[in-house]
Amino acid sequence: MEKKDHIISILVHNKPDVLARVAGTLGGKGYNIDSLCVNTTTQKDISKIVMTTAGSQTTITRIENQLQRLFDVISVDDLTNVESIHREMVLVRLNLTAQNSEDVKNAIDMNKWKTIVSGDKYVLVEITGDKTQIDFALARLEPLGIADITRTGLIALKLED
Amino acid sequence: MKLKGTEILLKVLEEEKVDIIFGYPGGAVLDIYDQLYKSNLKHILVRHEQGAVHAADGYARASGRVGVCLVTSGPGATNTVTGIATANMDSIPLVVFTGQVPTGLIGNDAFQECDITGITRPCTKHNFLVRNVDELAATIKEAFHIARSGRPGPVLVDLPKNVMAAQTDYDPANVKFRNHEVSYKPAPKKMANLLDMLQTASKPLIMTGGGVILGKASAELTELSRKYQIPVTGTLMGLGSFPGSDPLWLGMLGMHGTYYANMAISHCDFLLAVGVRFDDRVTGTIETFAANAKIVHIDIDPSSINKNVTVDLPIIGDTKATLKDLLRFLEEHHYTPDDLSRKTWLGEIAEWREKVPLTYCQSSEIIKPQSVIETLYKLTGGDALITTEVGQNQMWTAQFFPFNQPNSFISSGGLGTMGFGLPAAIGVKCAFPDKHVIDIAGDGSIQMNIQELATAAQYNIAVKVVLLNNGYLGMVRQWQEMFYEKRYSHTDMTYAPDFVKLAEAFGVVGLRATKPAEVESILREGLASSKPVLMDFRVSREECVYPMVHPGQSISQMTLGSREMIN
Repeated sequence: MEKKDHIISILVHNKPDVLARVAGTLGGKGYNIDSLCVNTTTQKDISKIVMTTAGSQTTITRIENQLQRLFDVISVDDLTNVESIHREMVLVRLNLTAQNSEDVKNAIDMNKWKTIVSGDKYVLVEITGDKTQIDFALARLEPLGIADITRTGLIALKLED
Repeated sequence: MKLKGTEILLKVLEEEKVDIIFGYPGGAVLDIYDQLYKSNLKHILVRHEQGAVHAADGYARASGRVGVCLVTSGPGATNTVTGIATANMDSIPLVVFTGQVPTGLIGNDAFQECDITGITRPCTKHNFLVRNVDELAATIKEAFHIARSGRPGPVLVDLPKNVMAAQTDYDPANVKFRNHEVSYKPAPKKMANLLDMLQTASKPLIMTGGGVILGKASAELTELSRKYQIPVTGTLMGLGSFPGSDPLWLGMLGMHGTYYANMAISHCDFLLAVGVRFDDRVTGTIETFAANAKIVHIDIDPSSINKNVTVDLPIIGDTKATLKDLLRFLEEHHYTPDDLSRKTWLGEIAEWREKVPLTYCQSSEIIKPQSVIETLYKLTGGDALITTEVGQNQMWTAQFFPFNQPNSFISSGGLGTMGFGLPAAIGVKCAFPDKHVIDIAGDGSIQMNIQELATAAQYNIAVKVVLLNNGYLGMVRQWQEMFYEKRYSHTDMTYAPDFVKLAEAFGVVGLRATKPAEVESILREGLASSKPVLMDFRVSREECVYPMVHPGQSISQMTLGSREMIN
């Protein structure tokens, strides 16, 4: 069966070991988590985990079933085939030199990226978008000399319940 | 009323109607053991924490109740892991209490500290670390609830020493915990689908598993089979869920299943699989398993559905309730099997049974392990609770001892834990002191938890060990014979203790049979004793378990072994 990326949104009770349980369930069964994002919801005692993993529909159903067995998991939702908004964020630090500073500035302005801190020797940029947009941004900045990046996992939200 | 954590623990155990616990004391649980000293709760002191878990497991499997054990932190806790994983694979309800260092020391590498909830996360149904005495009562209640609800399983509760010493208000009426009971009601449409499949089938077959025993659905399954003349095969864990002496029973299927059960699976056109999980030892190659059949799978755990075998009609639900619904539905819709087609099918199976019956080469010179089991069945009339170790002893028991009652065959199926049988038998005997409780063992396995003979002797728990002693790790040797050109790498166990003397050293009766003529009298003597007994049967050394499906083969391709038999 065709393997494709799936976005799985999991509501859990906010407890010390719940992430270990979720991650362990996948790792222990041999499934890889490609990206992961966790934070509390509007209710402090409930957290949402959004993760992406690749697999056939059968694999994804198995993962959902395994997760449903966990007592701290409230619900498991596959957002792949429903209308939903997807975002990632990346923070990029570029070292500025006499050669690149003009190009860096142009790239940031043209793409309407957000400069958070700008110094003499470096600039720190915040970029949000879906996976393709982030991939594009990093490809665009790569030749200009990226010093370091931090990229979040993907977050996603359904348009309707 | 203000109570200490240790007092609350014992109160809740009483409310949960726990009548026995298996345990081993240590530093982190001294306060709990001090409380036990003042209580009437029965505690069996084992000789190794693994034995405590297996004993609680045996108690649970035989009685259908939750088994309970109590051990200390660190090594006490890690010693329970094999037992917990064993129970987890076979869905056995246990609550395992482990001591823990005081909460302030957790994470400091304190003496006898280990992260037991971390270690057991993948092999428990759920586990808890109780961080505050205010959560204690609700956590223990929830642990029992989780252990026994839905698909049962082991739950570990880690109890830090300071939490157990602290006090809090305790009122049983105010203890609240989350309810995890999920009730599934099969849609009538599913029953209609099932009926359609059954009506068009000419070769129907039922496959019963451990879920029928755990779900207490044996009566319904038996009624379904007998009423509509549908033959039944079973997994190792399903033995006893359908009467083993019924003509409709085909015996176990799979790697060491009967030829006729495997042929029936391979030829059936309708398979009703109840409370099974299609383990690889059962299915052989997945592609050829029941390849001609429409498969209906009834199971309480949604994660079991389409995990190994893709089925045509999954029904998620409790086995008893679902089979009850099915019986009612078939009755209401006046289902009657076609007499002629059913006769033809049962006739076909009878031919397979006649062609390759379950048998072995008898001998008057040397004790055949299978004959010991057959004689044991004859002498007990099958009225016994049997535990096994793992390996050839386990497979021969599954083949040659017909189990007529659920909860009477107690064996580590999924994990295949050597050393399970003796401590499990101790737990079984505690649940049923008036029944024959017999551990059918091998000389390799029995040495893994042999120390529990001391437990049996101390409390005069009169379990009987039937030791099929071939001086080998027999099943591994069998594979080396078949697949490794008889290179018996490290499977010769000829260097072994004198088991009779060893039994006597522990205060257990030791008996020995070396000739076929002695088998029956030794078994009679052992069974008649009111004490724990170890019977050392020196059996033929290189006997193999047949029939056998080679790993990675279709279960219709069986190696039958040598077939020169004395009829």
